Amino acid sequence: MNRNISKLQRIDARDLNYRELNRLIKDAANEGIKNIHLTNVNGQRYIGTGVNNAPKININGVPGNDLGAFMDGCSINVSGNGEDGIGNTMNSGRIVINGSAGDILGYSMRGGEIFVKGNVGYRVGIHMKSYKNMYPVIIIGGCARDFLGEYMAGGLLIVLGLNRKSKNPIVGSYCGTGMHGGKIFIRGNVEPWQLGKEVRVYEPNKNKDDFSLIEKYLRQYCELFSLDFDSIIKTNFTKLLPGSSRPYGKLYAY
Amino acid sequence: MAKRPTPTEFIVERDKDRCIACQVCVRMCSNDVHIYDADTNTVTSDNSKCVGCHFCETLCPTDAITIKKNESSFKPNANWSVSVISDITKQAETGGVILTGMGCDKPYTIYWDHILLNASQVTNPSIDPLREPMELRRYIGRKPDKIELDYNKKGKIELKTMLEKQLKLEVPIMFSAMSYGSVSLNTCISLAKASHELGIFYNTGEGGLHKSLYKYGKNTIIQIASGRFGVHPEYLRTGAAIEIKIGQGAKPGIGGHLPGEKVSKEVSEARMIPEGTDAISPAPHHDIYSIEDLRQLIHALKEATDYEKPVGVKIAAVHNVVPIASGVARAGADYIAIDGMRGGTGAAPKVIRDNVGIPIEFAIAAVDARLREEGIRTKVSLIAAGGFRSSGDVIKAIALGADAVYIATSALIALGCSQCQKCYTGKCNWGIATQDPYLTKRLNPEIGVQRLKNLIRAWSLEIKDMLGGMGINSIDSLCGNRTHLRGIGLSDRELEILGIKSAGEPQ
Repeated sequence: MNRNISKLQRIDARDLNYRELNRLIKDAANEGIKNIHLTNVNGQRYIGTGVNNAPKININGVPGNDLGAFMDGCSINVSGNGEDGIGNTMNSGRIVINGSAGDILGYSMRGGEIFVKGNVGYRVGIHMKSYKNMYPVIIIGGCARDFLGEYMAGGLLIVLGLNRKSKNPIVGSYCGTGMHGGKIFIRGNVEPWQLGKEVRVYEPNKNKDDFSLIEKYLRQYCELFSLDFDSIIKTNFTKLLPGSSRPYGKLYAY
Repeated sequence: MAKRPTPTEFIVERDKDRCIACQVCVRMCSNDVHIYDADTNTVTSDNSKCVGCHFCETLCPTDAITIKKNESSFKPNANWSVSVISDITKQAETGGVILTGMGCDKPYTIYWDHILLNASQVTNPSIDPLREPMELRRYIGRKPDKIELDYNKKGKIELKTMLEKQLKLEVPIMFSAMSYGSVSLNTCISLAKASHELGIFYNTGEGGLHKSLYKYGKNTIIQIASGRFGVHPEYLRTGAAIEIKIGQGAKPGIGGHLPGEKVSKEVSEARMIPEGTDAISPAPHHDIYSIEDLRQLIHALKEATDYEKPVGVKIAAVHNVVPIASGVARAGADYIAIDGMRGGTGAAPKVIRDNVGIPIEFAIAAVDARLREEGIRTKVSLIAAGGFRSSGDVIKAIALGADAVYIATSALIALGCSQCQKCYTGKCNWGIATQDPYLTKRLNPEIGVQRLKNLIRAWSLEIKDMLGGMGINSIDSLCGNRTHLRGIGLSDRELEILGIKSAGEPQ
């Protein structure tokens, strides 16, 4: 087994359907191979799902939906863009997207990190939750569309809005709708029209805990994408917190 | 304006001659109905707090207590009933949504009571189940269109077709989804252990799996709902099957909120959320907005478990259940569980429970018929749920087209539930729908297991009797065999949808 640890396995995904490709990945991981390089990936779904032994998976091409769904411990690097459903109900591990990604990234994610260099779609970070020492983190380099952090119950969401055109809003509308836990940091300002009813706006940075929380993950992010941490952190961030941990506690007559 | 109290629903009658002021009722009532006065050494009652669960009645050593419905609170009125007036009053005071528990109690037609079973006379002999083998075993899962056989090297016949994973049921009855959180751990243990001993399955609901329940994994269907509570790799690997919960018969189309008070330390561990926080399940799964998306989640779960487990989908019986079920079958589900409008719940808005959805009888008949028409009935198993009260209901559902049924309310009644419909208060005196340790210990799981086993054994015997009477020795031969059913007191349209003839019509 041990001799495989440093071994690298290359898999050409051309003309393989997702089930065939994922079988090859799972088999390699089960043999104890720690580095798996996929080339010619073209829309195959569920890469990283049900893979044991937490290998590193490098993806050249565009992986399909549900990349890393239910994932536990793998480390995935995508050289280009991702699709929808990245890190769906992910338990632990890391996903790095060197381009942009689609909708519902990090849905119900409970642990691990997802770092996206570019923009993301709708409903990103929906229903993220933390539990004990499991703390999910999503950092988005570009902008996010509507319903960011909807129903968010725990964890950390950071949106940087780098290279943003001034007419493009950093987050869409209904950000944090139904949020009842966790923290969202947005680099720059957000307008009231962008926010859901259940969030409250605060100023971070003055509070030392906030700064060290951002720094802990943002430094890793900047290192990954060769960005200058000091210049990014210079801009003021907006902190969004839930107005109540029980937004729907008063709906009912008992 | 003077505040009007909501009318008292029940009256606690205490026979003063019998009452020995032992205070058992005072200690046991979770609603604080009974009050002891030390000065006079008497026990009195606050009728307004009584929910009518009859727990005190069963405990009173001298039979001094009788719980009666309060008939005189308002002038009888067919339109403005007591419950309507109380609800309006409560809403005028709070501005809130009226909550309720358990299944719809409105007097909609129960079609099971309008369907009659057949029996053999002269021309085809009935079978005596006491002397002859009767087969109640069912397999839930996708079946092949055809079976291919081949000779192996030794010249023996062997099955060539790869069969999809199946759930093997010794009796076509399973325990429907009830989450740990909505019900107590002792309830879950009773259901899990009874399933294990009966060779059937129980369903975790969306509450995750308590650590003490992992050992019953082979008899567990684990559920994935929109909140994804407690869903992690070990949970997925532990269950015998995985069920994606889209909807529930008691509250189709809406999500759920488990209030923080019920998220105890143990519940929080099973759900993997911090103690005391609300567990909010959004109305839809936000990764499923279409049949194609459902297909994606089904296969994500199959990938996550190496295609070793059936993946089913639970939907509520709604007006469009037929095309939806067809879509679910085509999305690759191994079974579809359909929950009718009389299905129970731990908490639901009353207006939804009582007004949304359709009865399971229509849903199962219409879905079975359509899947047959489309030639995909064998691709998927059908599980019917929603208010099965007896083995008669079960066997009729199977003859209408269900492969098996889910029961939950009946199972809870077996454990003591008296249908007081107050599950959402968390004060269940019977120790079922509560997390209060003082109350939960009232349900002894060892006794619970025995009572559930007794119930299923009794229904099995009755089903065998009815099957034998029809001249059938295997439940398989009855599935979708509607020639054994006749309707009574139904319109032509209802008979047509149920796909059965009227009583009096021969074959």
